[in-house]
Amino acid sequence: MTATSRAVRTDLTTLDVATLQQSLAAGEVSAVEVTRAHLDRIAADDGRLGSYLHVDPEAALASAAEVDRVRSAGGELGPLAGVPIALKDVVVTEGVPTTSGSKILDGWRPPYDATVAARLKAAGTVLLGKTNMDEFAMGSSTENSAYRATRNPWDLDRIPGGSSGGSSAAVAGHLAPWAIGTDTGGSIRQPAALTGLVGHKPTYGGVSRYGLIAFSSSLDQAGPMARTVLDAALLHEAIGGHDPRDSTSIDAPVPGLVAAARDGARGDLSGLKVGVVTELGGEGHREGYGAGVLERVAEAVALLTELGAAVRPVSCPSFDLALAAYYLIAPSEASSNLARFDGVRFGLRVGDDGSHDLDEVMALTREQGFGAEVKRRIILGTYALSSGYYEAYYGQAQKVRTLITREFSAAYADVDVLVSPTSPTVAWPIGARVDDPIAMYAADLCTLPASLAGVPAISVPCGLSEGLPVGLQVMAPALADDRCYRVAAALEAAQDAARGHRLLDELSTAAGAA
Amino acid sequence: MSTDRLVDYDEVTTRYEPVIGLETHVELGTASKMFCGCSTTFGAEPNTQTCPVCLGLPGSLPVANAAAVEATIQIGLALGSEIAPWCRFARKNYFYPDIPKGFQTSQYDEPLCVGGHLDVDVEGQTYRVEIERVHLEEDTGKNLHVGGSTGRIHGADHSLVDYNRAGIPLVEIVTRPVPGAGAKAPEVARAYVTELREIVQTLGVSDVRMEQGSLRCDVNISLNPVGAPEWGTRTETKNVNSLRSVERAVRFEMRRQAARLDEGDRIVQETRHFHEDTGTTSSGRSKEEATDYRYFPEPDLVPIAADADWIEQLRAGLPELPAARRTRLQQEWGISATEMTWLANAGALGLVEETVAAGANPADARKWWLGDLARRATEAGTDLAELAITPAQVAELARLITEGTINDKLARQVLDGVLAGEGDPAKVVEAHGLAVLGESDELVAAVDAAIAGAPDVVAKVQSGKVQALGALVGAVMKTTRGKADAATVRRMLEERVLSS
Repeated sequence: MTATSRAVRTDLTTLDVATLQQSLAAGEVSAVEVTRAHLDRIAADDGRLGSYLHVDPEAALASAAEVDRVRSAGGELGPLAGVPIALKDVVVTEGVPTTSGSKILDGWRPPYDATVAARLKAAGTVLLGKTNMDEFAMGSSTENSAYRATRNPWDLDRIPGGSSGGSSAAVAGHLAPWAIGTDTGGSIRQPAALTGLVGHKPTYGGVSRYGLIAFSSSLDQAGPMARTVLDAALLHEAIGGHDPRDSTSIDAPVPGLVAAARDGARGDLSGLKVGVVTELGGEGHREGYGAGVLERVAEAVALLTELGAAVRPVSCPSFDLALAAYYLIAPSEASSNLARFDGVRFGLRVGDDGSHDLDEVMALTREQGFGAEVKRRIILGTYALSSGYYEAYYGQAQKVRTLITREFSAAYADVDVLVSPTSPTVAWPIGARVDDPIAMYAADLCTLPASLAGVPAISVPCGLSEGLPVGLQVMAPALADDRCYRVAAALEAAQDAARGHRLLDELSTAAGAA
Repeated sequence: MSTDRLVDYDEVTTRYEPVIGLETHVELGTASKMFCGCSTTFGAEPNTQTCPVCLGLPGSLPVANAAAVEATIQIGLALGSEIAPWCRFARKNYFYPDIPKGFQTSQYDEPLCVGGHLDVDVEGQTYRVEIERVHLEEDTGKNLHVGGSTGRIHGADHSLVDYNRAGIPLVEIVTRPVPGAGAKAPEVARAYVTELREIVQTLGVSDVRMEQGSLRCDVNISLNPVGAPEWGTRTETKNVNSLRSVERAVRFEMRRQAARLDEGDRIVQETRHFHEDTGTTSSGRSKEEATDYRYFPEPDLVPIAADADWIEQLRAGLPELPAARRTRLQQEWGISATEMTWLANAGALGLVEETVAAGANPADARKWWLGDLARRATEAGTDLAELAITPAQVAELARLITEGTINDKLARQVLDGVLAGEGDPAKVVEAHGLAVLGESDELVAAVDAAIAGAPDVVAKVQSGKVQALGALVGAVMKTTRGKADAATVRRMLEERVLSS
């Protein structure tokens, strides 16, 4: 990191959003200044980091200028007016290129906004750009992007996690104050953990899926990725809540998440019952887990005890089956969700020169438009849904899903939250797992159970191992997202106090090597 | 198209027993589509009634139309189906440009309505058609193949797709196999679709216009040797889009399959296409190499859990169904079951009922609709209901006759005028001077002239041969060119000849 970029960071790109929001509202900084600071950082650093797929500085500055104009005219503004944001490229944005990390959508400009994008627009945020991701959110390293690799700001030779790796790298690298990610099997939590961020996967149905390019409909959720628990809560409140356009969206008020984060930050967890999941890195289940990861997690659990929580081990045996079940359910749904990419109505079309018939044009389009991992999962899912195999694969996986959901319910009868590592390891070197899909899939081991059960889960930083961030996962019952924020905020506050600074402040030193 | 060898129809059932089955698709007349808010109006400019949802754009999600669910339940209730307390949509996966998402949102093993039956009458005999299921799905878009001579994809220069129809709610009503209809199988198939159409029409949930595709049929047919313990292999004939075609398709397939079986060939389980012009079927894609649809529960929609109270409310609110209505009208009008069947088969029931409601007596109403008007409809090749005459106009015509303003012969001329768009019967009568002559000067003069012109006849009558008066009546009718009322003329003649 150069001296220049560190100097820039000291002003506006280092601020957390809660602070930024106040400064903007008080007129201490203008939206244009804040936006320009981030655009400058993007211009300076994203060549190396590769976190964005699309940035439109003029559009960003124009919408920031509009916020400033309305503010100076005394007009009405949304609660997040002038706060810049980055959206994972899986979020459909009207008139703004949206690719889901795939060549098959190269050049597509959607005619509509996702509900998440529309709500953020209405809240007054300024869209900086669209962030890189594994193609169709299939991956754990962002190496499956059809466009570019994204690097981890903590170590540019390592992956930033995935599939929301563009968002994690952008926020950790201070190229956006916060970002939207999506999580199907861990794609918010794992990249957050690997880059030292807070990332929350809401209760399934808590945030509208309308306008998220579907990977696995029964699992996909959008959520916040931020540098602090409070910021994550702010962003979650801005996007959450019932949407009549999404039938699976829950028609219930979002619990007070910001209030929960503030309450947690006071550091009193007395009365809270915490279960540590044995099957996720506990006794007898430590193969594949980094020793440093387990140490940091153990320290975090000890800290929870110090804050007044009652901690006990909880066994959820069917969690061992989560990986197998997930890699049948998600590809099955994906094989159907991705059928619409046929070259007929939008995006790439190959072979339409009169020399190929309809089926060939569809096949050529998909052959050239999809990457290897996407094809692998379409084939897996197509097979699992085939007549004669359906019961043995998809049907059986759904039964496992029911078992996992029941084990969560049983556990929550005794404890308020469950905790585990977010990722078994810290960020690995770029290229280390690309030839080993199973090793790549194993990265989701800890995040999959909450995905399959549809319960909320947050990843909060809990220190470094080998100089790289480690995340603690806090899982709560469905609709009790506030518990995740409360516990995470307590842990964050206690750690920051003990450390004397935020974990991310150590990033400049770490990245100095780059 | 290869020419199939055919067995004479009368011979088919001497050796084989047919089993038929019908899958009927009804496009619901809801204001908006099944999973989005787009309009469902027929005939709009291509692709003007579309949105991200029904175009299947990335990220879009469906929301089920409650009115369509309600209409499907009503159809199920009318057919005596059980309404599932809990059911789901399913995805039927296959690639084709007219399905925007690469799958059709349909129902698979958890349909909204299960079981039920429909009794149909053919020539005095009642056949029970058992219903397998009634489920809800979405319609596809329409492909238009441009260039080439056939309008089919082969030979076309390019193809266009209109997605206005994509996502319109579609109810599929599937029968169980219907054995035992024998030689009457084609008529039973037609009567079933006719009755089903009438039920749906009565419920008011679709305009069921076969020519616009809002009611479409697939017809399954198999033959087995008389007395054989098992049914034969079936074919599924698609694109059967008129009542007459339903009958013709069954008839043709029975003749074709019988010929194959006679020759010792097996029937290939396949989809066949019906050709309206020739009344024949031709082979489509073989089911044996058909797509595996990879059905699975639609994760983007929540299950439908129809509340029991709601179902009972819908049941209580059902209108009088066609069969009950026929029984009632048959009693009210005092007609036989056979006459009622004629009326129903001619599509005249509602027209007659409305004509009676407009003041005509039932016999007159029946006479006109089943007589002259039916003939004219046949000549014009249209349905009765499509004729340019309203039940109120027919009632007016009947009243003009009863009142003596016109007679039957004149009435036919009046009909010509009404059908030609000249206005109501009274107006046509006036415009063309078609009214029966009263005791006008013109008629008196004609009567007097007839008496004066035939003194011999007058003498005969006066001598007691009253029947000879007919010749005088005929003479008057001739001079007045039929506009006189024969009874009036007779009375006037009697007054003059017999009293003098």
